[in-house]
Formats: sequence, structure tokens, C-alpha cells
Amino acid sequence: MDRFVTFTGVVCPLDRSNVDTDAIIPKQFLKSIKRTGFGPNLFDAWRYLDHGEPGMDNSRRPVNPEFVLNDPRYAGASILLARENFGCGSSREHAPWALADYGFKVIVAPSYADIFYNNSFKNGLLPIVLNAATVDALFDQAQGSEALTLTVDLDAQQIRGGDGGPIGFDIDPFRKHCLLEGLDDIGLTLQHVDDIRAYEAKRRVEAPWLFK
Amino acid sequence: MKAKTLYDKLWDAHVVREEADGTTLLYIDRHLVHEVTSPQAFEGLRLAGRPLWRRGANLATADHNVPTTDRSRGIADPVSKVQVDTLDQNCAEFDIVEFGMNDPRQGIVHVVGPEQGATLPGMTVVCGDSHTSTHGAVGALAHGIGTSEVEHVLATQCLIQKKSKAMLVVVDGTVGPGVTAKDIVLAIIGRIGTAGGTGYAIEFSGEAIRDLSIEGRMTVCNMAIEAGARAGFVAVDAKTIDYVRGRPFAPGPEHWDRAVAHWQTLHSDDGAEFDRVVVIPAAEIRPQVTWGTSPEMVVAVDGAVPDPAAESDPVKADGMRRALDYMGLHAGTPITEIRPDKVFIGSCTNSRIEDLRAAAAVAKGRKVAAGIRQALVVPGSGPVKAQAEREGLDRIFIDAGFEWREPGCSMCLAMNADRLEAGERCASTSNRNFEGRQGQGGRTHLVSPAMAAAAAVTGHFVDVRDL
Repeated sequence: MDRFVTFTGVVCPLDRSNVDTDAIIPKQFLKSIKRTGFGPNLFDAWRYLDHGEPGMDNSRRPVNPEFVLNDPRYAGASILLARENFGCGSSREHAPWALADYGFKVIVAPSYADIFYNNSFKNGLLPIVLNAATVDALFDQAQGSEALTLTVDLDAQQIRGGDGGPIGFDIDPFRKHCLLEGLDDIGLTLQHVDDIRAYEAKRRVEAPWLFK
Repeated sequence: MKAKTLYDKLWDAHVVREEADGTTLLYIDRHLVHEVTSPQAFEGLRLAGRPLWRRGANLATADHNVPTTDRSRGIADPVSKVQVDTLDQNCAEFDIVEFGMNDPRQGIVHVVGPEQGATLPGMTVVCGDSHTSTHGAVGALAHGIGTSEVEHVLATQCLIQKKSKAMLVVVDGTVGPGVTAKDIVLAIIGRIGTAGGTGYAIEFSGEAIRDLSIEGRMTVCNMAIEAGARAGFVAVDAKTIDYVRGRPFAPGPEHWDRAVAHWQTLHSDDGAEFDRVVVIPAAEIRPQVTWGTSPEMVVAVDGAVPDPAAESDPVKADGMRRALDYMGLHAGTPITEIRPDKVFIGSCTNSRIEDLRAAAAVAKGRKVAAGIRQALVVPGSGPVKAQAEREGLDRIFIDAGFEWREPGCSMCLAMNADRLEAGERCASTSNRNFEGRQGQGGRTHLVSPAMAAAAAVTGHFVDVRDL
């Protein structure tokens, strides 16, 4: 995984609550056996006017001009501003893969579904939680005639560039460390091979039926 | 000693190591694998040159992409075929037990696991699928994971986790006749909301939950994730132990008594403390029907489509208006006036034998109504299908005009050929009514199996108790 570095990007405001993983990446695109290439089908049913299927040339499909991702103001956006319970529904990691493949590096929302939140970190995508009033204020700015550009500094746990001055955010120190260093979870866990072996040895005695 | 919740007991028994900040390496007893969320994980193992940690902890089956019609000619959709073939190849390469598409034990992973005794009380169970919470019905700690974590479990048999908060949902008293596990869990979600359980593990308890069969408890735990909770579970009781006894992967006579003695400790202690307690009087629960595009958008069958204008929260009101627009419904319409085009009985929520019995009891001697274009019954597994056929349920469905299919996820998420067309309305026993879930533009109403069958034979939603 790449290290997460401080960056500045355009904010795309997606003004809906309970955005589910079926909306983020519809099921017909889950048939891929790769981790990449999902970006063109991110929010497929909202983004295009026709029915999307794998293998289509997405550059030739009719786009929905009403959908925020197609608004020229937000071209090249790398920060997604969202409402509560973002990413609810399935455990499909295709959802953060599609967001990252499109070019999003950060999501800002009042709350997330647990599995989506966890999956995001595994893919270098930073989901930031801010209180509802702060999110409301960012929506007002991002939906103005000029696109809102923000700087996200994970090390300092700060978002800068909004009207109200720097915004601090909380993050679990372990997750922060892994993102900043681009650490591989499996590599970290395999440093504890002896602990896992010792646990298994104990369990084989206590609960042998689990090791049939 | 401090009184422990069931969640504390399940968690504590699986801690391999814990850091000062609470980050825990948690041991996983059972890993269930299906074709959609595993290919990239196996690929990751190969790229890193990592071996599988413990072969016997894994069990695989193909469910999401498999056709529910005649399988003798394989899978017609080439993209679906690649995914199912890839699972076969990965299981062969890593020597994992797999119930492939033509195995008589094949089925929906969350039906297969408990049915085979592969998910047991006291286990930690994970799968790259959010409905893994189902397995909590036998007193296991079970939750869905993403593909990176699938790879992590394959490589280490562990997950890096932080403990959730503990919620107790008490369904107090007994439900009336005709009110099922599905109605109970939809009523719970309607009460606490689709994010009400976020950050929590939910223990379901109370007389109405204890009264349920293990299959019924699976229906409730299955939808814990629709309330936002990754894991939902029920304490072990005599029903749990009777359910597990004699199943192929269950402990044999050499370990049975010791296993039972351990399982009997799997309940919350008297005086155990929960971070949140929700009490729902069972007697108030009536058969439920969802009207919108989130499982929390639910009312009793004798209710009406709600009015967004009556909602004080503007974000919520906006979501309701969007849902009504998508669903093609108007505020104030009685639920019993809504007419489905299709009916789907199946999914990891409601495709077990008692679900099929409940639907067949309604279908028996009746006919699918003229306005219903298709009524599908998709058993959850090969053994469920065989059992239903022994009981003659297949004949009842076929005689009534339902289609009797092969096991799989089917129209719950329409990754195979079973789907809704744009604008079609479905009475479905599945778990999600999200936009496009059953096919782009499709409109889903979540109900119990009996309520789905009742809608099929009358052509509109109806209180099954009035039939």
C-alpha cells in the first residue's frame, strides 16, 4: 500500500444519506477477479442514463447531467463529501476499490457503516468523521458556484482551506500509523507468528473439536 | 468475578494478543469462502508467496453467481463462469474443502455453514459477506469482512480488530400467530434504524427470541447488519445443542460432552452490563412490509406509505421523497393496495426448510394471481431442496404456479440471471431493498415467506392472518 501523504484536492458533495454499497458499485461489476478497473463504474446507476454492464465502453455511454460526479465543477475531485451512514450494506471491498480507482483519497461524512469504514483503510482511502454541523457547513461551501478545494493533513489530523479555519479530526492511532507508513496488515500480523502458534496449542487442548 | 456478556465471553476466548490501545489480534475458528469476494485474496497470497495458515478452518461454496435453472450445461454468462471456475481452481490449489456448483451440499454459504455443523457455538466465524452475522444464531461471534481481511485470515487465521460496544435487544413476551422471525427483525430495524447498531455487537434475547427455532434465529441475526451491527447473536440453549447434534462437521462422540459443557456457558451472566439496551414488546409486532429503499423504511401491513412532509429532519425527509420517487409510490397509499409484479422466496435470510414450509402452507390449494409475472422459490441449499421435496413442498409450489429452482443467492442480488427489470415491483423474502439491488430500476418490498406467498396468491400485499 502507498503511504498517505498530505494533499490538496477538490471536494465533490454527494448530498444523500445511507449511500449503500450497491449504489457505490452495482453487483454486475463484482464479477471481476481483479482489484482495479472499477472507477468508471463508480455510482454507475446514478452516473449514467443507460444500464451498465461489464465490458461496455464507458466513454460512449450517456451520462446523467444531474448527478454531481458529472458536474464540471467537480472534475478531478479527490475528496468525497457525504452524509450519514455512508457505505452501508454489503462487505464488498469493491466499494472502496471503486472510490480509490476513480481518484478519491478521502471521504468526509458524519458516520460510516462499520465494514466499509474498515475496508477503506486497507486501501489507502481515509474516511474522516466530522460532526453533522461541520459537514453541513462544508456542503454549503462545496455546493457554491466555485468548487471548494481542501488540504488534508493526516499527520496533523487537520483539514485546511475551508471558510471556518482548520478543522481537526480524530483517528485511531494504529490506523493512522498504518496509513502514513503504508503498512501491510498481514506483514504486521506475521511478526506475531509465535503468539498465534501458542494460542492454537492452548486451544487444541481446551477445545479439540475445533481442530478436526 | 465481573459478570460477562456473551460477547465478552466469545471475544475473550479468541484473543491472541492485545496492544495497550485495545487493538487485538483475534483468532478465527471458521472461515467461509464464496466466489465473489475471494479471488483477489487468493491472488494476493500467490503474489506475496504466502501459504494458507490452516487448511481445515476453511470451507467454500459457490452461491452468488450460480444459475438456479438446469445446471447440466454450466453457466451461460462467461463473466460469472470465470468467477466460479476461479473459486474451483483456488480451492484445488490450496486444498480447501469446496461444495462446488454440482455438489449435493452446495448452497448459500450462510445456509450451508450451520446446516453442515461447520459453524458451531463458541466459534469465531468470518466470511467475505456482510450476512455472516447469520451464524450468530448458534451462539457464535460471526461477522462479514472485506477481501483484504479474507486474505489476512487465509494467511494468518487471525484478524486485527477492536472490540465493539455491546447492545442487548430484548423482544419481550410472545408474538401473535402469523408473526415470524422476519417480522421481528424488520420491526427491530424500523425501531433502531439502519445505523442504530453501528459500532455495536447485538445480542438478541427475550422470550420471543427464545421461542424461535434456530432457523428463525438465523433470520434475525442475518439482518443484524441491516441495523448496522456487524455481528448479532443469541445465547446457547437446549435448542442450539439439539440443532448441532449429529451434523457432519459437528464434534463426534469423543468430544461431544466436553463441547456441550462449554457451550452451556455461552450466555450473558446475570448482572452483565450492556452499552445500550432496547426493549421491544413482542405483542406489538405485526407482519411487516418495507415501502422504501432502506430496510428501516418499514411499516406493518395494515399501515400506509408514510408522508415525508410529516418528517421533521430535512435530510431524512429528502431521503423519503427520493425513495417514494424510486419506488413509484405515493404517501398515504395503504400497503394492501400495493401490487407486486414478481415474488421471490429465497436468500440467506429466508430459504431454510421452515421458511419453505411457511410459504407452502399459504400456497397450498391456491394459485399465483394473474397479475404476478413470476413467482420464484429458491431453496437455500441442496439438502434444504431435498428435504422440501421429501415433504412434497415442491409439488405444492409448482401446482400453485411457482417456479421451483436450484439453490443459490438468486434474485436477492441478481448476480445470476434471476432479476427484476426496471420498474418491476417484487415481494421478496431477502434482506435489502436498496435501489437496484434486485436489478437496475427494480423495486423491492421485504417481507416474510408467508407474506410473500400471500402476496403471490392474492396479487397484492395482504395480512397473511386474514387469508
